[in-house]
Amino acid sequence: MGLTREDIDSVALLSRLELSDHEKQRLTVQINKLLGDFQKLQEIDTSGVEPTSHAMPVFNVFREDLVRPSLAAEEVVANGPQVEENCFVVPRIVET
Amino acid sequence: MSDAFYELTAHELGALIRSKQVRAVEIAQSFVDRVEAVEDCVRSYVTTTPELALEQAKLVDESIDRGNEVGPLAGIPWAIKDNMSTRGILTTCSSKILRNYRPVYDATVVDRLGGAGAVTLGKTNLDEFAMGSSTENSGFFVTHNPWNTDTVPGGSSGGSAAAVSADECVFALGSDTGGSIRQPASYCGVVGMKPTYGRVSRYGLIAFASSLDQIGPLTKDVEDCALVLGCISGKDALDSTSLDVDVPDFTKSLVEDVKGLRIGVPREFFGMGTDPDVEAAVRGALDLLVTLGATAQETSMPSVDYGLPVYYIIAPAECSSNLARYDGVRYGLRSADASDTVGMFQKTREEGFGDEVKQRIMIGTYALSAGYYDAYYLKAQQVRTLLRRDFDEAFAKFDVLITPTSPTVAFRIGERADDPYAMKLSDVCTIPANLAGIPAISIPCGFKDGLPIGLQIMSRALDEETLIRVAYTFERNTDHHARKPSLRK
Repeated sequence: MGLTREDIDSVALLSRLELSDHEKQRLTVQINKLLGDFQKLQEIDTSGVEPTSHAMPVFNVFREDLVRPSLAAEEVVANGPQVEENCFVVPRIVET
Repeated sequence: MSDAFYELTAHELGALIRSKQVRAVEIAQSFVDRVEAVEDCVRSYVTTTPELALEQAKLVDESIDRGNEVGPLAGIPWAIKDNMSTRGILTTCSSKILRNYRPVYDATVVDRLGGAGAVTLGKTNLDEFAMGSSTENSGFFVTHNPWNTDTVPGGSSGGSAAAVSADECVFALGSDTGGSIRQPASYCGVVGMKPTYGRVSRYGLIAFASSLDQIGPLTKDVEDCALVLGCISGKDALDSTSLDVDVPDFTKSLVEDVKGLRIGVPREFFGMGTDPDVEAAVRGALDLLVTLGATAQETSMPSVDYGLPVYYIIAPAECSSNLARYDGVRYGLRSADASDTVGMFQKTREEGFGDEVKQRIMIGTYALSAGYYDAYYLKAQQVRTLLRRDFDEAFAKFDVLITPTSPTVAFRIGERADDPYAMKLSDVCTIPANLAGIPAISIPCGFKDGLPIGLQIMSRALDEETLIRVAYTFERNTDHHARKPSLRK
């Protein structure tokens, strides 16, 4: 199963990347090459094998629900590219 | 006493400081001058912090003057891979998208080493977001291998490895997702350890692939590795994946003894383009350990042959999710010509990320997308289980597994830039330990054409003590670690 240019367009949108035509061309070739390498995995019979998502067995880590100090609002927004009154400013999302 | 404090190890410098023969400020100054002298030809650092180093060293001296006992890392200058958060100090991941990012908190490892009195020299270069094997993918500049500045230092922790090798710091921290501590340690002739997954808190480490990432030390010898590991290990309430287990005194494992040690030599780690000189050096190391009382036996771990494809599905899948946060809203770059929200995300990420990062986000997004999830991501996770089983079986028979760290020595800058497969092959021996979560160390075991060769030792989960004991024994009976690159200004 190879990736077409249309697939690349749709994956780029999902990835929130505005790629140039040149990049799309390059990525189509590179990704198809990698997907070819991945086919090797189909050689292995994995029926009934549990997937590993995490190498160490750590489950349900709880802590007491206590109030503790957190960052001041000024610190939280300190790195914002555009900030007003301790809020992040973004392009309009909802039409009025 | 010469002024070349920068050539010494942490345990040597610590002894000088605690016996009051040398002031921490003199040592810090020695390193600040050393960085100044050699940085032009190595380029390890994205950001240097000389004033901070001298200030922190002064605090250590004042504490000693007040009669306080200080620990083994007090006054020891170190460097931090630039994907670990440092409060108020630029933390860029060597990416344009974070060029101006100054965290408002410290990573737990930074906090712990700061508390131990270690002295911060700066932040080291890496492949953008730790994605790469040569540090050529840095969004800023290429770091050079101190042993031959026409070659790469390895990666992604290439800046940290080169800084330790060039005596631009005593030790450094790196992060290792598929070999990013061990492979550059191997190429630069230093000691590098990836601890057990969860041994060290990842709080404040900017995430690449969360089920694989682990922080660890790069040092000039095994004793320093034990000291630094001891300082940074342990449960952290801020990282729920950090393991709630006792942290042993790793310096107790600095014993010269491998009698009765059972070494497994998995043959799959010697295929795939292994340089015969690298193999010869590793076999020579095995012979030495056998002479010292260990036994070595060939074994097979068939699933290792699938490590690369498994890794190149799982790591991009996790990265595509982790890097979704760079959207131009809360920190980092925001594209100037965005009119709507999605356009702002797309243009910001297009301008801010480099080629390798974009490629991995794309692969990961595709592998996780509806219709392909089972064929790629689920399949890779299942094969990951088989790989873990291979390790379980091997460790039922052996105490450690020994392999090359990388199939070759450092390659020339640019040589593999257009050959992604050759680039990825340099991590073929290191990736399995990340997938299995087990600890592994790389130590120098020889040279080829003046470039260092690394020996990889792997052990059971949470058995860093055996790694340290075996590595220390090897180091005490060889002198590869004592050689220095003849860097000239």
